Amino acid sequence: MDQEELSKLEARCIQEQPAACVAACPVHVDARAMAAAIAKGDFASAAKIFKKSVPFPGIVSRICDHPCQAVCKRDEAGEAVSVRALEKSCLDWAAKTSDSFFLPPAKATRIAIAGGGLSGLTAAFDLAKKGYTVEVFEKESRLGGSLFHLSREQLPEEVIAADLQALEKVGVTIRTNVGVGQDISLEKLCRDFDAVYLASGEQPEGGLSLGVDGAGQWIIDPLTLATTNPKVFAGGSLRRLPQNRSPIESIADGRRGAVSIDRFLQKVSLSASRTGEGSQKTRLFTSLEGIEPLPVVAMSSGATGYSKEEAILEAKRCIQCQCLECVKVCEYLNSFKSYPKKYVRRIYNNLSIVMGHRHANKLINSCSLCGLCKEVCPEDLNMAMVCHAAREIMVDSGRMPPSVHEFPIRDMLFSNSEKFALTRPQPGSSASTHLFFPGCQLSASSPDHVRKTYDFLCENLDGGVALMLRCCGAPAQWSGRAELFSDSFKNIVSQWEQMDRPRIILACSTCYEVFKTHLPQASIVSLWEVFDRSALPRVARDSSAPVRRLAIHDACSTRHEKNIHDSVRNILQKLGLEIEELALSGEKTECCGYGGLMFFANPELARSVITRRIGQSECDYLAYCAMCRDYLASAGKRTWHLLDFLFGPPPDDFARRKGPGYSVRRENRARLKNALLEELWGDTPVGKEKYGMIRLKISEELRETLERRQILDSDIRQVIDFAESSGTRLFNSRTSHYLAHWKPAALTYWVEYAPSEGEFTVFNAYCHRMELTEGVRS
Amino acid sequence: MKEKEAVPAQPEWICSRCGIALEVGKVDVGYLGSVFPVDLYRCAKCGQVFVPEELAEGKMAEVEKLLEDK
Ligand code: SF4
Ligand code: SF4
Ligand code: SF4
Repeated sequence: MDQEELSKLEARCIQEQPAACVAACPVHVDARAMAAAIAKGDFASAAKIFKKSVPFPGIVSRICDHPCQAVCKRDEAGEAVSVRALEKSCLDWAAKTSDSFFLPPAKATRIAIAGGGLSGLTAAFDLAKKGYTVEVFEKESRLGGSLFHLSREQLPEEVIAADLQALEKVGVTIRTNVGVGQDISLEKLCRDFDAVYLASGEQPEGGLSLGVDGAGQWIIDPLTLATTNPKVFAGGSLRRLPQNRSPIESIADGRRGAVSIDRFLQKVSLSASRTGEGSQKTRLFTSLEGIEPLPVVAMSSGATGYSKEEAILEAKRCIQCQCLECVKVCEYLNSFKSYPKKYVRRIYNNLSIVMGHRHANKLINSCSLCGLCKEVCPEDLNMAMVCHAAREIMVDSGRMPPSVHEFPIRDMLFSNSEKFALTRPQPGSSASTHLFFPGCQLSASSPDHVRKTYDFLCENLDGGVALMLRCCGAPAQWSGRAELFSDSFKNIVSQWEQMDRPRIILACSTCYEVFKTHLPQASIVSLWEVFDRSALPRVARDSSAPVRRLAIHDACSTRHEKNIHDSVRNILQKLGLEIEELALSGEKTECCGYGGLMFFANPELARSVITRRIGQSECDYLAYCAMCRDYLASAGKRTWHLLDFLFGPPPDDFARRKGPGYSVRRENRARLKNALLEELWGDTPVGKEKYGMIRLKISEELRETLERRQILDSDIRQVIDFAESSGTRLFNSRTSHYLAHWKPAALTYWVEYAPSEGEFTVFNAYCHRMELTEGVRS
Repeated sequence: MKEKEAVPAQPEWICSRCGIALEVGKVDVGYLGSVFPVDLYRCAKCGQVFVPEELAEGKMAEVEKLLEDK
């Protein structure tokens, strides 16, 4: 992932795009922020926001032709927000302040403005605020131009007068009764001034010796308002047909002309990076889901404006347009309190740090890599891809914090050691048309189901069903250890090839995804499709389940596997069970908190992911991935595994069982292998290490602590084995406990224990990564 | 890691091998290339060190995390 790719990804997220109203407003009044302030009753802040973008707020709030309202998203749920009325309300209800302007030192550079209407006056105001010496030439006896064609009721003269005072404050010189082209020539203005802005409403008779097009209209560049005379710029109503004239467009032209004149005088590019000026379309997406349609709030006082209360109500109708589609559905994105555009930037910065604290490590490692964000993002931004690529870079550069994923990686290595790994053809046959790969987690959670499933497959499929017990390598893959993953996966591939490439039956959704991605040449099928296509096991057909209705939790790694979703549903139907679909299911399913090793990087987050997921239905849940089942059940949700019903009938409280702890998971795998070896293949089971014989007594309470600290019984056994054989241990004469430590690999484990009649009672255990340099020092 | 992480009171643990009480002494504690001399109780004779649970779960875990993110 290089800088360029990253900026591209960052740019995909549209959350920072302006709301439709803000983009459409030619001077970009932040109507969204203004409405937010009014909704809180904070009219003063609202007025400040409004005045920041417009030169003559009193006038604009009364006569603006509000292109913002034409595109307001609220229109699709009721009616557009009355943005202009809200502008007026914030002037009406904010405490009156006299605005003062900070002016830079005056510049001698002189600018002439021809025309004292909204466009000319805006240009005059903007340029004077920059310190230029500005003179306005108006052919009538007063400023305002076409403003005086409006009804006095709509625009009282005092409002005009009050707004135009700002011109005095910034030191603009006004020359009334001087018509450019009549009383003073353009040539003279060009001689006496450094730049000229023409905004006389109409193109004066005679054309003022500027280049014209075929229709006799001045040639004006729409981006810069430059004419054919480099000193002269022109804008406002004079460049629009009568039906297209708009007060706010005239003001925007004045602003645009002022920017051009300033650039011209500073001798910088007139056209560089000006795409943001003027009315725009936004790329922002805003969902209207759950937004109740509401009509516009009526004005009780007739047309004069909103009361405070009405204004607040109207402002509350603004839906505060933003995207956040992904943040709404992803607890991970939500928990870091921002959105992908910012996250991608943070991740990039994190990867570029050479020295110093890497603040985004946790951000990178907490994502479950489930890909739901991409499903809901209008721009298909996939944070899973970003986080996974970042992990690989961290691993490659030796910057991955060792503690984050080491435990699940050790678990994977265990599963691929002789303790669990096993590949055999079906007993009594040498050829294999199928290979059953149950996966390490189903074998750890319900070894019994693996055994029954294998028996079922052997009975029902012809040509020999081989068995392969291992881990597919997902933990290595998720943690960014690409090399470790491919080394481990190579073993699977070569054994599969030796067996003459049998069709692979996968019981675990994650294995399925791994095989599909990394062994595309193999024919693979999920166990659920196999069950769906064959007659269900007799016990399943003959018995009735203790539940009627189940909410399906699809595994996130099956997101795009419609065949698996369908098979699971078909099986449930055949079993006579009713199905409830969760709002987020199928291709929009959520992760259970195990994916991407989220739980190991951020257990608190994984817990809130689980809590959120289990709150979505009262029904018992049904999972078809052992990890999903155990994770959802860990928070007390009644959750079944599909196999519970296939080899049922399960007792009712089976849905409540907690998954086994880390040590038991390993033991289950080891026992499964040995049982199968002995019973199916009549082979000698794999022996335990010597320390494996040590018998431990551990209280329930301590069990929980050990799980949290990720300390296995085998770790404890090794410490005791070392302490007892070497005599290296501490002793407490009051309690008669021993305390010993041992460092089998990266971690140092401490165990407090006491021997009693052939076993060891364990009172405490803890570990650390910091290494001790022991030995006597003087 | 500071050298003197508020050394706690004399622990009840004694070195079982040498049969003597532990004494405070400097022990090098390192992680990811950083090494800190820390005052820890240890056996003055055989060098066996005592790391209390609070230190492992507290300060040590904190420093580990800090060094990992550096
Ligand atoms: S869904 Fe998320 S990533 Fe996509 S544009 Fe919206 S906020 Fe950005
Ligand atoms: S709903 Fe609010 S933020 Fe959205 S377009 Fe309308 S005024 Fe703007
Ligand atoms: S947890 Fe899933 S939805 Fe959330 S950012 Fe990661 S991949 Fe996307």
